[in-house]
Amino acid sequence: MTQLVLEQALNGLQFGLMLFLLAAGLTLVFGIMDCINLAHGSLYMVGAYFVAAAAQAADSFWLGLGAGIAGTAVLGLLLELSLFRQLYRRDHLSQVLATFALILIANESVRLIWGPAPLLLNPPAALSGPVEIAGFFYPAYRLVIIGVGLVVAALLYLLVAKSRVGMWVRAGASNREMTEALGINVRGLFTAVFVFGAALCALAGGLLGPLLAVQVGMGESVLILAFVVIIIGGIGSIRGALVGALIVGTVDTLGRALLPTLLRATLPADAAATLGPALASILIYLLMAAILFFKPQGLFPARA
Amino acid sequence: MAFYRPARWQNAAVIVSLAMLIALPELLTALDQSYYTGFATRVLIFALAASSLNLVLGFGGMVSLGHAAFFGVGAYVAAICYDAGIHEGLLVLPLAALFAGLFALLVGAISLRTRGVYFIMITLAFAQMTYYLFVSARAWGGDDGMPIYERMRFAGFSLLADEALYYLALGVLALCMLLFARLAGARFGRTVQAIRDNETRMEALGYPVFRYRLVCFALGGAVAGLAGALLANLTGMASPNLLQWTQSGTLLVMVIVGGVGYLWGGLVGAVVLLLLEEFLLAWFEHWHIVLGLLLIGIVLFAPRGVAALFGKRHG
Amino acid sequence: MSIRLTALAAALMLAGSVHAADKIKVGFVSTLSGPGAGLGVDIRDGFNLGIQHLGGKLGGLPADVLVADDQQNPDIAKQASDKLLKRDKVDFMTGIVFSNIMLAVGPAVFQNQTFYISANAGPSQYAGEQCNPFFFNVAWQNDNLHEAVGKVVQDKGFKNVMIVTPNYPGGKDAVSGFKRFYKGKTEEMYTKLGQLDYAAELAQIRAAKPDALFFFLPGGMGINFVKQFVAAGLSRDTQLFAPGFSADEDVIKAVGDPMMGMFNSSHWAHDMDNAENKRFVADFQKAYGRLPSLYASQGYDAALMMDAAVRDVKGNVADKKALQKALEAKRFKSVRGDFKFNSNHYPIQNYYLRVIGKDAQGRVTNKTMGTIFTNHADAYAAQCKMK
Repeated sequence: MTQLVLEQALNGLQFGLMLFLLAAGLTLVFGIMDCINLAHGSLYMVGAYFVAAAAQAADSFWLGLGAGIAGTAVLGLLLELSLFRQLYRRDHLSQVLATFALILIANESVRLIWGPAPLLLNPPAALSGPVEIAGFFYPAYRLVIIGVGLVVAALLYLLVAKSRVGMWVRAGASNREMTEALGINVRGLFTAVFVFGAALCALAGGLLGPLLAVQVGMGESVLILAFVVIIIGGIGSIRGALVGALIVGTVDTLGRALLPTLLRATLPADAAATLGPALASILIYLLMAAILFFKPQGLFPARA
Repeated sequence: MAFYRPARWQNAAVIVSLAMLIALPELLTALDQSYYTGFATRVLIFALAASSLNLVLGFGGMVSLGHAAFFGVGAYVAAICYDAGIHEGLLVLPLAALFAGLFALLVGAISLRTRGVYFIMITLAFAQMTYYLFVSARAWGGDDGMPIYERMRFAGFSLLADEALYYLALGVLALCMLLFARLAGARFGRTVQAIRDNETRMEALGYPVFRYRLVCFALGGAVAGLAGALLANLTGMASPNLLQWTQSGTLLVMVIVGGVGYLWGGLVGAVVLLLLEEFLLAWFEHWHIVLGLLLIGIVLFAPRGVAALFGKRHG
Repeated sequence: MSIRLTALAAALMLAGSVHAADKIKVGFVSTLSGPGAGLGVDIRDGFNLGIQHLGGKLGGLPADVLVADDQQNPDIAKQASDKLLKRDKVDFMTGIVFSNIMLAVGPAVFQNQTFYISANAGPSQYAGEQCNPFFFNVAWQNDNLHEAVGKVVQDKGFKNVMIVTPNYPGGKDAVSGFKRFYKGKTEEMYTKLGQLDYAAELAQIRAAKPDALFFFLPGGMGINFVKQFVAAGLSRDTQLFAPGFSADEDVIKAVGDPMMGMFNSSHWAHDMDNAENKRFVADFQKAYGRLPSLYASQGYDAALMMDAAVRDVKGNVADKKALQKALEAKRFKSVRGDFKFNSNHYPIQNYYLRVIGKDAQGRVTNKTMGTIFTNHADAYAAQCKMK
């Protein structure tokens, strides 16, 4: 039983860290530029497609991952310069509409270029088997994802908390006008943050591609989770994004895993199997509502 | 920005349009295109749903991304009624509006305590939560939705014929638009719009801002439920798709394209969007790219949408 | 003069609008996007190859195939089929992959008195009490392939089997089919239709320690499950069994070597030795650059079936009774060999044991090992009261 819980905890950690990659970019864009970006999930999808296409072309997962991230970063740059710059000073409704339009364009463009059927993306051959830990076998690839997630989290922490750029980012998140008044190139900062967010999306998309499927519309469902994460964690805070993501990841995974077992003792098999995951997903929203009740700005709000 | 200040020619236009809509099914049958009566009914239903969102968004100034939840609840109420043996539309429709409205009251009571971006995201989260709730309920069909094998009757009339359902939808739409127009001019309407324009001032003047907003939100939800029940009878099922947040987005797009804050905004938007979807899709498979670019264009250059071109601007 | 011409033109137009069968329209609604896309694409490609082999004709009349994507969504499937039935007035419908979608679309098709020739979905509901004269299944009834696996697992003497299947009508049929012939201890695990990440389920399987695992996860679901199963190291201790659905070309191509040695059941295999099959397999590879799966063979047979029936009624598809008789007579040569229709319009046929290994060209693919059932009918025919 402990082995089961340990394995599920690792799964939750893996899921949470990937959510963190998505939420980190989103919370920064939100916090500093006050821009709601519904197309963040589409960057994740396009990132996954770029990685899959590049991996097939180069016949190497890692090369594909690198190329995919670079490509998405470039796309992010183009989007920021052409569209998002105009959106910063608009009201939220305009931002919602424009980024929703981007979702439509992204989904259809992907379908146009790669067709409606999903793309195949395989993990590197060396990592497609299990590794032995604590007396059982766990997929090597998932361990690598956890590793990458932790490294990125650590790097982001160093960047935001210890570097000058990070200081500007934190300043911009807590008070944009003041930061501008201090003579910092806020425009350049915005672009950098957006592009960085796009790159993180592509990393998440590329890493999760082999586990899930690279298909049209894969960004929509994960986007909501990312929003829940930053609401819980606090808009504009990287620390909040990490804590929020880990909470959401573990609650969802452990809920999906343990609730059916609990329910199976009392209900027939198929009812338990549907109720379990559904209850677990609602659990996250209830959690979000509860946290908001006590801390309406989230756990670690960036704004003073 | 006033919701409804009709120019004289607008009243005439409304009457002419109504007459054309009444004659439409006959015309379609004559052209051997009676399939499109069903399509026209769909347009009317979405016009109703979009108008209900316009009430919340344009009229009330609340950017809600959770409106699809009420739309879907209405559809499920209709399906559950069918399942429970309630086949009379005079019961089903009010029940759908009631449950959707009550649910909107609940959601609004919680969400309206927040502001700005939080409000948007919470309504979004509520819509998704409703989706998961219905999808998990095996008794209500789960992922596959709940079928309605036979359409409801209305005041004893059978709705099996596409024309019959069309006229019912037209009637409901006309009544609701009349209601909205009346509301806009009444004290309630003027208060809600004033709150939308300057909340602080209204609060300072002692108006119970929260209560007005909540009623507006709930009313929008109730009408969306009405539309949902009609849709379920049209398609023969209550689909969990209706509850997804992307459906909220589609309704939002309709309102924006039509003209947010103008009485006919939702209707015009629904008509334009569904017509384009039906006819452009056959011609250009990837027309959503065009639609997306169009929407971005609207946001950047014509933020008040199509109907704005026809409404008078005051103050 | 001009009045007469106008009258003539009007008469001709009227005549044209009264559906004089000058061509055969087929409505093809299938899953062409999402994780189930591989199946729908295969059925479509097989069907199109059939039409091509028939010279672009069905029963001698030009064939018009209207394809729509249901996106694995019952609502969208219903809308698409409504349009095909009411606006395009198709003569036949086919293509649906998943049983839940079939059950959603069925009633409208039958009410419209249009024949549905299913090239895949074979729900038990339409085999028994809800059987309908307008429904034909040219593939199998859902339970059949699972029954065959159940017999194999029973014969091999496994004591403790874990069943993994999605929670939808096809999945439920899989469980009842398997348990009809496997009498040992089972534990059922239901997943969500379209689910892609099985980490949680695999952890539970590891904890439960079954001797064998029977899974039914068509399309992308199966691909992900097998890959993750192997990655989790479970393939060392637990033997995998599946119906042909989860062990055919689409999954093999994605997963590859880890699938070697997996037993599965099927009514058709690409190495079957008859003239029709040889031609089908060769031409399919030439046209599409890949080996056909059982889904493709079903699509191909559906085309042949429509062709034979239309030919029998000499193009008069408006005569529904005659068309029904013609379809029931099954006067075409299927690529799987001989079979006939049961009273409930489902096939009575053989089911074979296949194993995944390397063929003469070194490709990882299925090899036929033997016969599991001969002239096997489904378990629901007795409940069908169709005349």
